Amino acid sequence: MDQFLLQVLNGLDKGSAYALIALGLTLIFGTLGVVNFAHGALFMVGAFCAVSMQKIFEISKITIDATKTDFLGNPLKVKTPYVIEWFGESAGNAMINWSVPLAILLAIPVMLLVGYIMERGLIKHFYKRPHADQILVTFGLAIVIQEIVKASYGANPIPTPAPSQFVGSFDFGVLLGMDPNAVIYPYWRLIYFAFSAVIISAVFAFLRFTTFGMVVRAGMADRETVGLLGINIDRRFTLMFGAAAAVAGLAGVMYTPINSPNYHMGMDFLVLSFVVVVVGGMGSLPGAVLAGFMLGILESFASMNAVKEFFEMLYLPSIDQIIIYLVAIIVLLTRPRGLMGKAGVMEE
Amino acid sequence: MRPDLGRITMSNFTRRGLLKTGAVAGAGLAMPTLITSPLAAYTNEPTGGSVTLGFNVPQTGPYADEGADELRAYQLAVEHLNGGGDGGMMNTFSSKALKGNGILGKKVEYVTGDTQTKSDAARASAKSMIEKDGAIMITGGSSSGVAVAVQGLCQEAGVIFMAGLTHSNDTTGKDKKANGFRHFFNGYMSGAALAPVLAKEYGTDRRAYHLTADYTWGWTQQESIQQATEAKGWSTVNNVLTPLATTDFSSYIAPVLNSGADVLVLNHYGGNMVNSLTNAVQFGLRDKQVNGKNFEIVVPLYSELMAKGAGENIKGILGSTNWSWTLGDDGTKAFVKAFGEKYGFPPSNAAQTVYAQTLLYADACERAGTFNPCGIAEALEGFEFDGLGNGPTLYRKEDHQCFKDVLVMKGKDNPTNEYDALEIVEVTPRAQVEYAPDHPMFAGGDLGQCNPGA
Repeated sequence: MDQFLLQVLNGLDKGSAYALIALGLTLIFGTLGVVNFAHGALFMVGAFCAVSMQKIFEISKITIDATKTDFLGNPLKVKTPYVIEWFGESAGNAMINWSVPLAILLAIPVMLLVGYIMERGLIKHFYKRPHADQILVTFGLAIVIQEIVKASYGANPIPTPAPSQFVGSFDFGVLLGMDPNAVIYPYWRLIYFAFSAVIISAVFAFLRFTTFGMVVRAGMADRETVGLLGINIDRRFTLMFGAAAAVAGLAGVMYTPINSPNYHMGMDFLVLSFVVVVVGGMGSLPGAVLAGFMLGILESFASMNAVKEFFEMLYLPSIDQIIIYLVAIIVLLTRPRGLMGKAGVMEE
Repeated sequence: MRPDLGRITMSNFTRRGLLKTGAVAGAGLAMPTLITSPLAAYTNEPTGGSVTLGFNVPQTGPYADEGADELRAYQLAVEHLNGGGDGGMMNTFSSKALKGNGILGKKVEYVTGDTQTKSDAARASAKSMIEKDGAIMITGGSSSGVAVAVQGLCQEAGVIFMAGLTHSNDTTGKDKKANGFRHFFNGYMSGAALAPVLAKEYGTDRRAYHLTADYTWGWTQQESIQQATEAKGWSTVNNVLTPLATTDFSSYIAPVLNSGADVLVLNHYGGNMVNSLTNAVQFGLRDKQVNGKNFEIVVPLYSELMAKGAGENIKGILGSTNWSWTLGDDGTKAFVKAFGEKYGFPPSNAAQTVYAQTLLYADACERAGTFNPCGIAEALEGFEFDGLGNGPTLYRKEDHQCFKDVLVMKGKDNPTNEYDALEIVEVTPRAQVEYAPDHPMFAGGDLGQCNPGA
């Protein structure tokens, strides 16, 4: 029971990331009809907004301490962050400590801008091109973004810790009357799950209950008719691209304390997120969210030793690496449109 | 019309035509070998006033930062060999064969390749440097998988391979080659150095849970650490193999606390290690008590760049390294000064081992009086030296493995700067990490005969 609970919890945060990325992918596909392979890169750019925020807060005034020496025997350069110099020790340290959540404020405008530039500058030229062209150009763009980030920040992971108040884990086991340490779960991962639930709900509410959202949904259903009504649907779709970029970016910002960000992290999520979109059903927002959590939890279960050993007996080694693809095959064989896919999407 | 044109074109391209074209192309490709083979005594024998070395390091991919540090050290070594700079460790090296006038009077030049930390890419770049650029020696790398692959290629091509950062027992064990030489330490040595310190710090009654990267390096390190710690009284609860591509280790770490283990051993390196350690700390493992003891985490192989990536999480965690810039010997001081003045920060483990390998190769050429790989191999085999930062060192003849002191390191509680993440706990003497050439962990391979190529 405890192992079961543990893996469900573990799958939730992984599923949260998959769901958030897949949600953005589906939004872009549903509105613009573009298969965006650069979406993982947007997740990574979001994560590096957190890194940048941390670096901004750590920009320091350098003073020379003649009483100490550095590794070459030269007088030691002492760094004092400007935020401490300007706002005092406690406020300055608090800003550095909370740099990841504060990075959301940086990430929203940056990601909207990146999304807008991407869509207007490149992707709009590929609306009428085959999906293969879209995949090639967006994949190329992802590599370019990745290399720019590597050139600027290096190849190694950069530690971006959560605020010190959230270090450690919550003991669910004790809450459920089990032994201490039987089911523990890090606080930050709980926050990540809650955060993703809020973002997903906000996106659904926005599409459901605002006029803008209604027009977008109408455009997704019948772009031509909405255009004939005198509505500039292209502009709205461009804004939706920006919004999808922002969702991926925010997912990236909040993910940084879970795994130190590196330039390659977007690619790690991209392929899996595409599988999530396909399993959920191309163009289906609820499908993307459902499949994201489902596959996250399944992946978590597959890494259990007992499960791995069971599949090894069935001549299926390393099940933890292939489970998502295996499920994708089964779902597509039994439900070719995915779990919640609609007829007519990508079927022309 | 277009399909027709395509059909006509295809119909002209007959099987006989294909065979002819293939034969001509094959002859063309074989030309350089056919022409040069009878004239040269060995592969890429230098005939002009310069000699070319091939630096094969990860310039892209997950170990690109380590590759960049290796490349800096190589460039520094070339500068010193050609008489530039302050000479670095050439001044402290026990052998005085190097004069600062290149190698055997020839100016040292170099070409670089990108291993991408992929065996096939590393082999392709090494092959290109040997065949197109005329590299007479290949060196570098930051992965055992790459080292084993490139070592095999160099053996076939008839050039010397001076391995970079490779820690798997297999590199000088079952996959050893007569043309390959390793200065870096290995998994067995990490276990032999680390286990006594672990027993002293954490006691002899401990239950370990291993998470192990699922490839040659991870397997041999895990085996080494398990054997060494069990010899000190520890028991091993579980060993879980984790795919190299894993980025989130939470599902592997979550069951650890409930397994009865009170120590987690992370047989991970690079990004894997940074992520698994970060995940373990997030789960609060280090704040827990199991079996009435504080839960501990061990990272058997450390690197300065990884320590930087892991940030605060590394504090107090024990591991081992091949070398540290904080050592106080003359060789280390000379290297740190030369490297620090050129680049503005201290060198890493990886930088020191490749710098030492370049000097060792050049010195062997001078002592042998030739660039012939077989002469160089003979000069390196059984070579005893000092002054390159690791104390008295032996390049053992039987397996081409260097034997020297090993450092047990700990994540520093209060680092004074970003390069000061690790501190030396113990310098384990060479005698404690030595093993017989036919030790079971290194069995199964054959050094074979030196291949001069050509």
